[in-house]
Amino acid sequence: MSEKFSIEIISPDKSILKMETSEVVIPSFEGEMGILKDHIPLITFLRPGIINIKAGTEQKFFVEEGTVEFSNNNLLILTSTAVEVTKMNKKFIDSLISMSEKKLDNNEISDKERYLLSYKLETLRNINQ
Amino acid sequence: MPSLDDLKKRIKSVKSTQKITKAMKMVAAAKLRKAQENAEKGRPYSQKMQNIILNLTRSISDPENAPKLLVGTGTDKTHLCVVLTADRGLCGGFNSNICKLAKSSFKKILSEGKNLKIITVGSKGLDQIKREYEKYIVKKFSFKDRKQITFKEAEIIGNEIINLFKKNEFDKCILFYNNFKNVITQIPQAQQIIPADKTPNKENEENLSYEFEPEEDEILEDLLPKNISTQVFKAFLENAASEQGSRMTAMDNATRNAGDLVDKLTINYNRSRQASITKELIEIISGAESL
Repeated sequence: MSEKFSIEIISPDKSILKMETSEVVIPSFEGEMGILKDHIPLITFLRPGIINIKAGTEQKFFVEEGTVEFSNNNLLILTSTAVEVTKMNKKFIDSLISMSEKKLDNNEISDKERYLLSYKLETLRNINQ
Repeated sequence: MPSLDDLKKRIKSVKSTQKITKAMKMVAAAKLRKAQENAEKGRPYSQKMQNIILNLTRSISDPENAPKLLVGTGTDKTHLCVVLTADRGLCGGFNSNICKLAKSSFKKILSEGKNLKIITVGSKGLDQIKREYEKYIVKKFSFKDRKQITFKEAEIIGNEIINLFKKNEFDKCILFYNNFKNVITQIPQAQQIIPADKTPNKENEENLSYEFEPEEDEILEDLLPKNISTQVFKAFLENAASEQGSRMTAMDNATRNAGDLVDKLTINYNRSRQASITKELIEIISGAESL
């Protein structure tokens, strides 16, 4: 029996990806989460991080936010910010980093925002290496 | 009877109008393809978002304390109507159809003794609505200078709606836009977005018990505002496609009408030319005979 399930990444203006895969790791709000076939139905949302799709070769997407639904072996990711990591150039990442740093310096932001921003920075720095 | 010269001038002017409408039709057709593509690409996102919310609603444990965006404020005294129209005219009945639908709803709301608030998006709708309902308009948006509407614009409007809601400015929010069915049919629609529409669609009948992370209410809290922007964005995309479709059909009709008119005028022109020649001949012949 095949160990595969389908994954779909959809942004407001287009469908980014639709494929079969055997394992996906998503940066869920409360920590990284690995999803295999026959996971129980799940709804959660994402913090900034990397979606890692493992179907023979690895495919990585950087996301800032999003909503995830898993049901009937169908993983659905709704996000407006998914970018494939290999397609991000250094300049783009640097601009994102400096933007987040600036926001993080602002003392008025809430704890939640601070938490999300720190993850964003960490992920971006990791990509940059 | 107009003189030959007059007819000639008229034929010429109709012909040049025809050229303009033809060009507009071509432009609309080219834009339509893109807009239609965008509308179709945007549909899954809003649909799936709606599905998730439906699933969440079904499994919510404590409906009393559910977020107000979902269940409403409990009353429906004040209605907020968001009317989405185009910024440009010359597109057939596109703008008037939305306004007609919106106005009939306004009348109904007011006749029931409820309060009315209006947000208009796009200048053409504003022009039509402000004639009768100017005092109800609370905010107007226009994205005339943008070449393409992106999610950002939808978010601006979404945030405005949510802000007003948080300030308890209204209880019920309805979105008016044209749904793009195909090139010749666009259906004006009224969609209620607050409280969220809870009628389940057929394909999603099964009841699954979901695992939530974090808690349901927290997810809902995050998701509902997003959903509003998403629905607005969807309406934008549908509207953009409808506008181009509507313009294309209108301009096609105009081009055809101009063609008919040119034919008719040409026949008239030829007839009067013939008549004047005949008249001259008769004059010459009868002049010669009398000699």
